[in-house]
Amino acid sequence: MTVLLDLQVVADQLRGAVPESVPRVDTWAVIVDAGHLVEAVRFLAGSALDLSFLASLTAVDRESHFELVYHLQSLDRNHLLTLKTIAEDHETPCVPSLTGEYRGAHLQEREVFDLMGIRFEGHPDLRRMFLWDGFPGYPLRKDFLGMPGTLSAGLPGFPHESGENRWPVPGSTPVIPQS
Amino acid sequence: MAIETPKRVHSEPVVVNIGPQHPSTHGVFRLKATLDGEIVQDVDMLIGYLHRSMEKLAEERTFTQNIPFTDRIDYLAAMSNNLSYCLAVEKLAGIEVPLRGQWLRVLFAELQRIASHAMANGTFVNDCGAWQTPLMYMFREREKILDLFEMTCGARLTTNYMRIGGVAFDPPLELWPALCSLLDEMPDRLEEYAALTVDNEIVLARSKGVGVVSAEAALNASLSGPLLRGSGVPWDLRKADPYCVYDQLDFDIPVGRDGDCYDRFRVRLEEVRQSVRILNQVVERIPGGPWQAEVPLHLRPAAGEAYARIESPRGELGFYVVSDGGPTPWRFHCRAPSLINLSALKEMTVGRSLADAIVTLGSIDIVVGEIDR
Repeated sequence: MTVLLDLQVVADQLRGAVPESVPRVDTWAVIVDAGHLVEAVRFLAGSALDLSFLASLTAVDRESHFELVYHLQSLDRNHLLTLKTIAEDHETPCVPSLTGEYRGAHLQEREVFDLMGIRFEGHPDLRRMFLWDGFPGYPLRKDFLGMPGTLSAGLPGFPHESGENRWPVPGSTPVIPQS
Repeated sequence: MAIETPKRVHSEPVVVNIGPQHPSTHGVFRLKATLDGEIVQDVDMLIGYLHRSMEKLAEERTFTQNIPFTDRIDYLAAMSNNLSYCLAVEKLAGIEVPLRGQWLRVLFAELQRIASHAMANGTFVNDCGAWQTPLMYMFREREKILDLFEMTCGARLTTNYMRIGGVAFDPPLELWPALCSLLDEMPDRLEEYAALTVDNEIVLARSKGVGVVSAEAALNASLSGPLLRGSGVPWDLRKADPYCVYDQLDFDIPVGRDGDCYDRFRVRLEEVRQSVRILNQVVERIPGGPWQAEVPLHLRPAAGEAYARIESPRGELGFYVVSDGGPTPWRFHCRAPSLINLSALKEMTVGRSLADAIVTLGSIDIVVGEIDR
């Protein structure tokens, strides 16, 4: 059974190895400062924690900022760590690339760049993957083209749910991004 | 006077497009190869022809409404995709699945693995040059499995069978004799496949030593599934991080030695045998009782996030689902093994002939719906 690492213990180890790298820990993940991300990951992969397998890499739009989510796995010791880093700037987000540490980050970072518009500093081949060059906007951002008349993320209720009529939802007009 | 011939003649680089529509790409997938003579110097993949923006669409539908999308992500292993997504939402909402539901999930996930591996091995032998005949042999059993799916949930390919909290239906009584007769004939059929393909000269000549990826490179490139096991790493999430009732089942993890296309093919063939072993145990031991938990119609998982993964026929299939407490997921991400298994494509193909690149692509077993989503 894969063990989920104790976040507080990992955070303390990281703080010892890379000072000021972990500003805080939330319920699910150790949050690493973007400026220290590469150093921190190098430590996690190289130390006794042996987190040398990048299981998954993705990003979440939190409207005011972006969260990059990394799932790091150790195959020998069979434990898993969720690591997050924050890209504060919502207009032109940028975080360091992990391609130097993990070959498997190449395609996943390209995917995040394509759909979320997050730049990965140091990625050798950062270009759009699914969409074509010149596609206006980044579709997985929350401010990209809301579909009128459908549910959208963060809505208060189900259609026809009992209680007050919450349908249709005011303010769900589409916003077409300008290229 | 002896004429000296240079060891290797270089030519102008030639760019060859394989795809978007090409029999060896198994979907709408374009591989741009730069060739020096016949030797591949560089490959670049141009994808997105099948991009249906599943992850965006899923943010506008409820958690339950998203299950049919997962069928269409990997249309050759719909059951596995259903399962992985449902596990993620159950983790998020804290739902316990009744025992019979868990066993039924294992039953259909393993049937799906056999069907998917039959397709993978059939098309792989196809790519090696044994045109169509072995594929038809492998399709024979796949067909019977799809009949079992149809019997249970009415659909053959996009099954939409798993539900949050269990499975949609209990299988009909006529499923069990049909399943038992299939399991009885499987060992003979597997012998037949092995006799046809394992020592087949075409397969050996085309796939031995082709598309080699070392264990270190495979780990660094986040490869998973038969690719990783073909390189000799005994990593299978059914053993390493057991979900459903896999921890109560007895099976082995086959591994390869050289990490070449032939080893991946052998690993898949052996995995089918292990799946038959698992299915025999499931038929013997499946308990009675309810197959679905009681889940609120208006399911609103508390704000939070969950990452659940399973060993799909293609590798580690994970779903990362974020909820903000509302009726729809705030973020729905699929960790697609088909896409990530292509991370090492360049290392596998560069420096060998173009014909080998085709075999290598076949051995990765991509499903373009899963790459593009």
